[in-house]
Amino acid sequence: MAPTVIPFGPQHPVLPEPIHLTLTTKDEIVTEAVPQLGYIHRGLEKLADIKDFHQLVQVVERVCGICSCIHAATYAQAIEALMNIEVPPRAHLLRVIWSELHRVHSHLLWLGLFADGFGFESLFMQTWRIREKIMDVMEATAGNRVIISVNVIGGVRRDLSPEQCQWILSVLDDAEKEYKELGKVFLDDYSVQKRTRGQGVLTREKAYELGACGPTGRGSGIAQDVRQTGYSGYAMLDFEPVVENDGDSYARCKVRYREVLQSFDLIRQAINKLPEGEINVKVKGNPEGEVITRSEQPRGELLYYVRASGKKHLDRLRIRTPTFANIPPLLAMLPGTELANVPVVVLSIDPCISCTER
Amino acid sequence: MIDRNITTLEDSRLLDEVTRLKNEGYRLVTMSPVEVGDKLEIIYHFDKDFKTVNLRVQMDKNTPLQSISGIYFCAFLIENEIQDHFGVEFKDLVLSFGGHLYLDEEAGIRAPYCSMSIKQEDGGKK
Repeated sequence: MAPTVIPFGPQHPVLPEPIHLTLTTKDEIVTEAVPQLGYIHRGLEKLADIKDFHQLVQVVERVCGICSCIHAATYAQAIEALMNIEVPPRAHLLRVIWSELHRVHSHLLWLGLFADGFGFESLFMQTWRIREKIMDVMEATAGNRVIISVNVIGGVRRDLSPEQCQWILSVLDDAEKEYKELGKVFLDDYSVQKRTRGQGVLTREKAYELGACGPTGRGSGIAQDVRQTGYSGYAMLDFEPVVENDGDSYARCKVRYREVLQSFDLIRQAINKLPEGEINVKVKGNPEGEVITRSEQPRGELLYYVRASGKKHLDRLRIRTPTFANIPPLLAMLPGTELANVPVVVLSIDPCISCTER
Repeated sequence: MIDRNITTLEDSRLLDEVTRLKNEGYRLVTMSPVEVGDKLEIIYHFDKDFKTVNLRVQMDKNTPLQSISGIYFCAFLIENEIQDHFGVEFKDLVLSFGGHLYLDEEAGIRAPYCSMSIKQEDGGKK
């Protein structure tokens, strides 16, 4: 039978954002996948030409809603390095708390969408029900549910009172207890394993060669997590990267499931070690020089390159998001996949197209 | 994680250096293009267990730039994006969208995708 070319996306029931893949299939088995991008390219790097370096905090938060806090923290880190700003330790740990809350809500969002993708509607709803508890924490502590805008150049704009910290810890205990119940379904249920095990296999060698990062890389056995470098407040916390070795969709799901538990632990550690003191410092002058900063987003490694020449506008703001790096690995996962399983494999990298195209 | 070390490299040595890094087990993180007059400066970011190498190469925008996608396949997406954004062309690119990675060919517009120029105003002065 002659090969058949099938368009997948940009609108598809399992895709929260528009990505288009041109799939070549033979007997309903994918033999080749080519990406088509551009549905939500917004030219955000170009916007750096007309927004000053303080305003850009709000711009980078909108690169991706789901991990907005980490975008802003990474950008702020770059400007602070250029301006030799010493961020107070309390601000560092507050950034960690809100970043990890973002990771939890992002992973819970993905776990729900993944369950929906393989047809487990009640699991999707239960996951998102738990996620609401985390959204409530963000709303109560930052005033917003998703784009929380807590980061500024020089620290953070909001503090947590001792009562809020105690309340967050009790919410986490509650959420963790219910989340572990769901873990039995995500990790042990027959139908979940049937749809995800052996799907979209990416070997460690291939993942590394193609530049896979985050849970996509760690699901293939690459033990690399930028938080290990100890940026921001992570140097004060104990953790090991979560790694699985099977390289399939189930392994990537398991990494994210375990990372939610790890984030609960990191938030507890950060709250228990939160020192007294200032939450930001006054910023004077303009940035000058060039710097590269990296951080770990829910989807993987984020890189910012910033160049400035002592003016309020930057000369260049370059953003490399994790999904952009995980597109070539996705193209390597798809050949050999049955057409019916393509949505599960595509979802397994947790694609964020807003991030990818910026 | 803060990184400031960027090494300048002659464009003629690019392929040799990238091949060496590949053989030593470095991962290509990304490439950061910066427009400097008629030149395009590209910073190549590599990583191996958090040990980073950043190479700065300056190239002439009006002649085809050397692709590294033959060494690191994943570079094809980055180089296609650079073609779209800066209206340049890469030679030896393993999968080229011809300046239409983001913009559909039927739109009839050729890269650079953002052809509009934005002028900075500082204190009311252009």
